[in-house]
Amino acid sequence: MMRFLLLFSRQGKLRLQKWFMAFSDRDKKKIIRDVTQMVLVRPPKSCNFLQWRDLKIVYRRYASLYFCCGLEQGDNELLTLELLHRYVELLDQYFGNVCELDIIFNFEKAYFILDEFIIGGEVQETSKASVAKSMEEADSLQETMEEYLNKPTY
Amino acid sequence: MPAPIRLRELIRTIRTARTQAEEREMIQKECAAIRSSFREEDNTYRCRNVAKLLYMHMLGYPAHFGQLECLKLIASQKFTDKRIGYLGAMLLLDERQDLVPQLVRILKNLIMSGYSPEHDVSGISDPFLQVRILRLLRILGKGDDDSSEAMNDILAQVATNTETSKNVGNAILYETVLTIMDIKSESGLRVLAINILGRFLLNNDKNIRYVALTSLLKTVQTDHNAVQRHRSTIVDCLKDLDVSIKRRAMELSFALVNGNNIRGMMKELLYFLDSCDPDFKADCASGIFLAAEKYAPSKRWHIDTIMRVLTTAGSYVRDDSVPNLIQLITNSVEMHAYTVQRLYKALLDDISQQPLVQVASWCIGEYGDLLVSGQCEEEEPIQVSEDEVLDVLEGLLVSNLSAPVTRGYSLTAIMKLSTRFSSVNRIKKVVSIYGSSIDVELQQRAVEYNALFKKYDHMRPALLERMPIMEKTATNGPAEIVQTNGETDSTILDTKHLPSIIQPASQVGLSIQSSAHFRHLNNLTMYSASKCIPPMTAYNKNGIKIEFTFERANPNPNIAVITIHATNSTEADMTEFVFQAAVPKTFQLQLLSPSSNVVPALNQGSVTQVIRVLNPQKQQLRMRVKLTYTHKGSPVQDLAEVNNFPPQSWQ
Repeated sequence: MMRFLLLFSRQGKLRLQKWFMAFSDRDKKKIIRDVTQMVLVRPPKSCNFLQWRDLKIVYRRYASLYFCCGLEQGDNELLTLELLHRYVELLDQYFGNVCELDIIFNFEKAYFILDEFIIGGEVQETSKASVAKSMEEADSLQETMEEYLNKPTY
Repeated sequence: MPAPIRLRELIRTIRTARTQAEEREMIQKECAAIRSSFREEDNTYRCRNVAKLLYMHMLGYPAHFGQLECLKLIASQKFTDKRIGYLGAMLLLDERQDLVPQLVRILKNLIMSGYSPEHDVSGISDPFLQVRILRLLRILGKGDDDSSEAMNDILAQVATNTETSKNVGNAILYETVLTIMDIKSESGLRVLAINILGRFLLNNDKNIRYVALTSLLKTVQTDHNAVQRHRSTIVDCLKDLDVSIKRRAMELSFALVNGNNIRGMMKELLYFLDSCDPDFKADCASGIFLAAEKYAPSKRWHIDTIMRVLTTAGSYVRDDSVPNLIQLITNSVEMHAYTVQRLYKALLDDISQQPLVQVASWCIGEYGDLLVSGQCEEEEPIQVSEDEVLDVLEGLLVSNLSAPVTRGYSLTAIMKLSTRFSSVNRIKKVVSIYGSSIDVELQQRAVEYNALFKKYDHMRPALLERMPIMEKTATNGPAEIVQTNGETDSTILDTKHLPSIIQPASQVGLSIQSSAHFRHLNNLTMYSASKCIPPMTAYNKNGIKIEFTFERANPNPNIAVITIHATNSTEADMTEFVFQAAVPKTFQLQLLSPSSNVVPALNQGSVTQVIRVLNPQKQQLRMRVKLTYTHKGSPVQDLAEVNNFPPQSWQ
C-alpha cells in the first residue's frame, strides 16, 4: 500500500499531503522535509525511483509540481507511476487543463478527487468516468443546498 | 463582527506576502479571527473557517484548535459542511483529542439515521463509513481499557442490529468482530463475536465462510473453549469443495485437537487425508503425526493411525517421519508382533510408497522371527514362511519402484534375518550378488556383509541382535550418529554403530562437516602467509622511476604478485612505454597487460602492470628488466638488473 502522497512545487512548497498511515505530527514534518529535499536535488533525466529508509519513493514532475509517494517494499513502482498519471488525468478532467494554481486555490477539490480514487493507500476506483460522475454529483449537491439556504459558499 | 473572509481571498492574500515574516503575520491575524469565530459557535461560517484552517495547516502552521470544529461540521446536516468536516478530520485529528465518545456518537447516528439514498448500500446506511469508524475504534481501543469500555455498548448494538441478509451487513459484522477481538473487551462480548463467526460458518456464501475460518484461526489461541463449541461445523468444512476453505478448516482442526476429542477428530482427519488434493497431503500428514504424538490414547491406536497415514498418503510424508516412526515402534515392545504383521500385509498390497516400504523392511529385518512364528495377540496371526518373507524383501531389491535408499534398507533387513531365520545360504547368495552392484551404496553394504559371513562369522549374531530401546533425542540423535559413522565404514565391530545404517543421509552430513573443517584450515594458512612485504624501488634513472609492490597469491603461496608503478618526473610525457622482464630458469614469469603505455610528465600519473612470479624452489628472486619508450621525439631503450628484492618476497 501507499504510505503517503505529497505534491510540492519546485521551490519546495507543499500543495497537498495525504497520509494513508498514522504518523505523529513530528514524523510528518520530518518526512515532508526529507523527501522534498531528496527529490528536488535529483537531476532531470534520472530514474523516478528512490530508496529511503524502508520505503520506495516514486516521484514524477508534471510542469511545476512534483507528485511523490512512498510505497512499501512489496508494491509495484511502475504501476504507481501509472497511478500518479491517472491522478493527474483526473485532475485535468475536472479542472480542464489543470495547472498548479488550480490546485492551490481548490485544494479541497484535489483532496476530494484523490479520495474518490484511492482509499487506504490502494486504488479503489479504476474508472475515470465513475470518479468524474461522483465529483459531479457531490458538487451538484453542494450547489443546490447553498442556493436553497441562500448562503455563500466558503 | 464582519463576515470572515472567503477561502480564496485568504489564499490570494497570503500569496502576496513577500517574506516569511509577512506571511506569518497574516496567518496569525487570520487565526485569531477564526478562533474568536469558533468561540462564538457560529454555524454559518464554520465551514469556511475550517477550510481556511486547513490551508494554513498545509503551509505548516499549527491548527489543532480546529479539531473539535471538524466534528461539529461532520454532525451538521449540510453536505458541504460534512464534506469539509471529514476532510478536516482526516488531516487534523490526532491522539491529542479524546475521540472515542464522538466517534461512538457518529456511529450511532449513522445506524439510527434511517434511509439515505446516496450513502446507503442495500438498506444499510453508508457501510464504508461504518467500517472505517469501526477500524478507527479498533486502533484506539487496542490496549486501552477506558476506550474499550466506552465502546462496548455500541459494538454490541452494531453486532445485534445489523441486517445479515446481504453481504454488506456481513462486512460490517466482520469488522465489528475483528474490533471486538483486538480491544480489551469483556468476555460476554467476545463470546458474542465468536458466535457471530460460528453463524458465518453456516452461511451459504463461501467468502463469508472463509473469512470466518480465518478469524477463528486467529482467536483459537486466546478463546479456545469458545471455538471448541463450533468444532463440528469446522470439521464439516473439511468436506467443502473450495480449496482455500479446506485449507483453513484443516489448520483450524489441528489447532482444536486435544486429549478429549482426539479419536473423533482423527477419524475425520484421516478421512480428509484420503480424499484431499495432493498439495494438502504433506501438511495434513505432518499435522496428524504431531497430533497423534501429543494425544495418542494408546500405543496400538498410535501405530494404527500411523499405518493408516502411511498407506493412504505414504509418498507425501516428510523424510524424518521414517526414523521417528521406527523409534516409536521400537519403543512399543509389546506391539512388535502386531506391527510387523500389519506392515508385512501392507507390503504385499503395495510397494510403491517409499516411506512405508522403508519402515516395513526395517521392521521385518528386526522382528522377522515374530512374523514367521505366528504369535500375535492383537489380531489373527498370519501364516508365512521364511522363504515368502525373503521373496518379498528380494522383490523390493529388484523392483523399479524402489528408491536407492529403500534398496539399502531391504538389503540390511535381509542380512539381519540371517540370525533370525534358518535359510542362511539363501541370504548369503543374495548378499554376494550385490557385491558387484552398480549402486555404490549397495555394493559397499554387500561387500561388508560378505566379509561378515566369511571372516567375522563368530561376531555375526552379536552384531545383528535386536535393537535396544532408543532414547528420544530430537536434535542430539543425528549428531551422535554422524560421529560414529566414520568408524563404521572401517570397522563394523560394535552393535551400537548399527543405528547409523538406518540413517544413510547422515553420511552426507559427515562429509559436509569435514569439508567445512578443511576450508577453515585453509583460512588459517592464508592468514599466516599474507604478512606485509615492503615495497621497493627497482629502477630510477633518467627521470623514470619504477616501484615494485608485493602481494601473495591466494591459493598458491609460491607465487609472488608484483605490481609495478612507473612514474615520470621529466617535463615531457613518455609514450609507447613498454616494460619487459626476464627471470632465471628456476622461476616462471607471467606479465599481465599494462594500464597504459603513456607515462605522464611531472609525476602526474603512473603506469601500472602486474607481474606474477612462480618460485617453487624458494630461491632468491632476481630479475632483468628492459624498458623502451619514446621521450621528446626520440626512442629510448634501457636494460637493468633488479637484485634488491626483500627476502619476504621469495621466502
